[in-house]
Amino acid sequence: MKRRSSLGALLGPPLLWLVVAYLGALASIFVTAFFTTDTFTNAVVPGFSLDNFRELFKPAYLHIIGRTIGIAAAVTVLCILIAVPFGFFMARVVPRRWQSVAVAAVMVPLWASYLVKAYAWRAMLQQGGVLDSAFGGTPGFGFAAVILTLTYLWLPYMILPVYTGFERMPESHLEASADLGGRPWMTFRRILMPALLPSVVAGTIFTFSLSLGDYIAVSIVGGKLQMLGTAVLQNYTLNLPFAAALGSVSALIMLLYLTAVRRTGALDNL
Amino acid sequence: MTPTPAIRLSALRKEFPGHPPVVAVDSIDLDIAAGEFFSMLGPSGSGKTTVLRMIAGFEEPTSGTVELAGDDVTGLPPYRRDVNTVFQDYALFPHMSIQDNVEYGLLVKKVAKAEARRRAGQALEQVRLSDMGKRRPAQLSGGQRQRIALARALVNRPKVLLLDEPLGALDLKLREQMQVELKAIQREVGITFLFVTHDQEEALTLSDRIAVFNAGRIEQVGTAREVYEQPATDFVAGFVGTSNRITGAAARAVVGRDGSFGIRPEKLTVVRRGSSAGDGLAHAPGTLAEVVYAGPVTRYVVDLDAGSRVIALHQNDHQSIDADLQRGADVDIAWHPEHVIAVPESPVSH
Repeated sequence: MKRRSSLGALLGPPLLWLVVAYLGALASIFVTAFFTTDTFTNAVVPGFSLDNFRELFKPAYLHIIGRTIGIAAAVTVLCILIAVPFGFFMARVVPRRWQSVAVAAVMVPLWASYLVKAYAWRAMLQQGGVLDSAFGGTPGFGFAAVILTLTYLWLPYMILPVYTGFERMPESHLEASADLGGRPWMTFRRILMPALLPSVVAGTIFTFSLSLGDYIAVSIVGGKLQMLGTAVLQNYTLNLPFAAALGSVSALIMLLYLTAVRRTGALDNL
Repeated sequence: MTPTPAIRLSALRKEFPGHPPVVAVDSIDLDIAAGEFFSMLGPSGSGKTTVLRMIAGFEEPTSGTVELAGDDVTGLPPYRRDVNTVFQDYALFPHMSIQDNVEYGLLVKKVAKAEARRRAGQALEQVRLSDMGKRRPAQLSGGQRQRIALARALVNRPKVLLLDEPLGALDLKLREQMQVELKAIQREVGITFLFVTHDQEEALTLSDRIAVFNAGRIEQVGTAREVYEQPATDFVAGFVGTSNRITGAAARAVVGRDGSFGIRPEKLTVVRRGSSAGDGLAHAPGTLAEVVYAGPVTRYVVDLDAGSRVIALHQNDHQSIDADLQRGADVDIAWHPEHVIAVPESPVSH
């Protein structure tokens, strides 16, 4: 009995935090999405209305949702393309005693302020910025700039699980493939990638969800570009219930994504 | 003209970088005949696995050449060499079924799917695991995984099969059973087996010939009988089986001349002082320091008066010697003079 109560004391506070602060907040967003606003005073009127969700299906908002998913997907794909060779290099090429240095090098940018990094990209992307003077052109603020900046920001979250995946793979599996006649490309496709898949998927959960909800980087380098996050921000003061409905969309997309990738075993890998 | 050996190693040398560089394999010359069951025996770090890895193509030699069936394959990647390896950790692909694992080597070589399926079925039958095809490696026991690793290699019908301590992870009973199976499979398929082990008993049991490795060099190559009965160096005498080493003053007193000599414990007879051990035997006096009864054998530890300790091993068969020889008894040890072997010191210290 004593052990049970002490276990309860140990697990109680974090459980309370999880339920109240996380799930409670999510639930209240979802509930608020059914409320309406008084058009005259902008005050929130509790009730049950599907108007906000109906509003979401207007072309303007479908566009924003589609664009947000597209950007999140593009960022994720770019992160995979960069992280796989990068992780391979860190785990299999860099001498063992330099590996921790390589991991630190990947981690260090995470310690710098998110805002500083986003503004750094703004400075680089602007007319006459580093990109302009070095390559004679810049994509300017907008779609490409957002993808570029978000890819930069979330890349470590992809590199670390991919690196761990490579690290965990026994050398003998690669040797066995070569020994059985598998050329490097075959070994990569048939042995390395399937073994790495759970790690990559684990990384995509980070890059995809972080991109989906981002609004700061978008407002800094996105120009007039609207994403779900910026749309939430815009409606937050004027129409809180609609902002909640927009927020529910990104939560829903993430939920669907997690359900889809659960089968790969990636969730055991986080 | 002698037939082309399945494997020929010439002046093979491997250094690993370091300060100074570590010489793992030091100028090895070796011919292994086609169809032979050949073992590389030695303690860990003696270079045997590195030699195997250079034959497979996982390591490039610092100098020297590897020939397979007369072709120089030095510098070729593993996938261009007609050898297959059974790994110490089996290295089965965890995300594939057993069937897919066994078919892998055939499919990457563009063998038709149906043909690959048929041959994989045969290979699984050969290792008596036909009904395991659909399972994943994680669902098999250690012994079963070992046999799958064997099937996955054999299905490619390589000229040479390389086995890197394949039985090391199995318990004793299973290991003995697998030894019998390995030997039977090798006889059946007639492929050259190159077997790496640190277990001298395993090497003696299985091999047509054995190379004894020490500190990156081969100390002796020979049949099990040769390596055991006529060890070329004191290292071989000590590593393959146990051996009584007799040197210095004891050598002068017992053997009659200076030098380093060895005699196997089972070649020594212990009798009560003064009683006759038999005709034509040499003998020396000593005191019985310990008697250890170990079931099929009894081990006698004798301190020779000439100043050396030897061990004698006796089969506990029907002509068992004097059962009431006790600790402290005055005894004679006796032996056939031809069983005393001169064992020169190894060229390398150990």
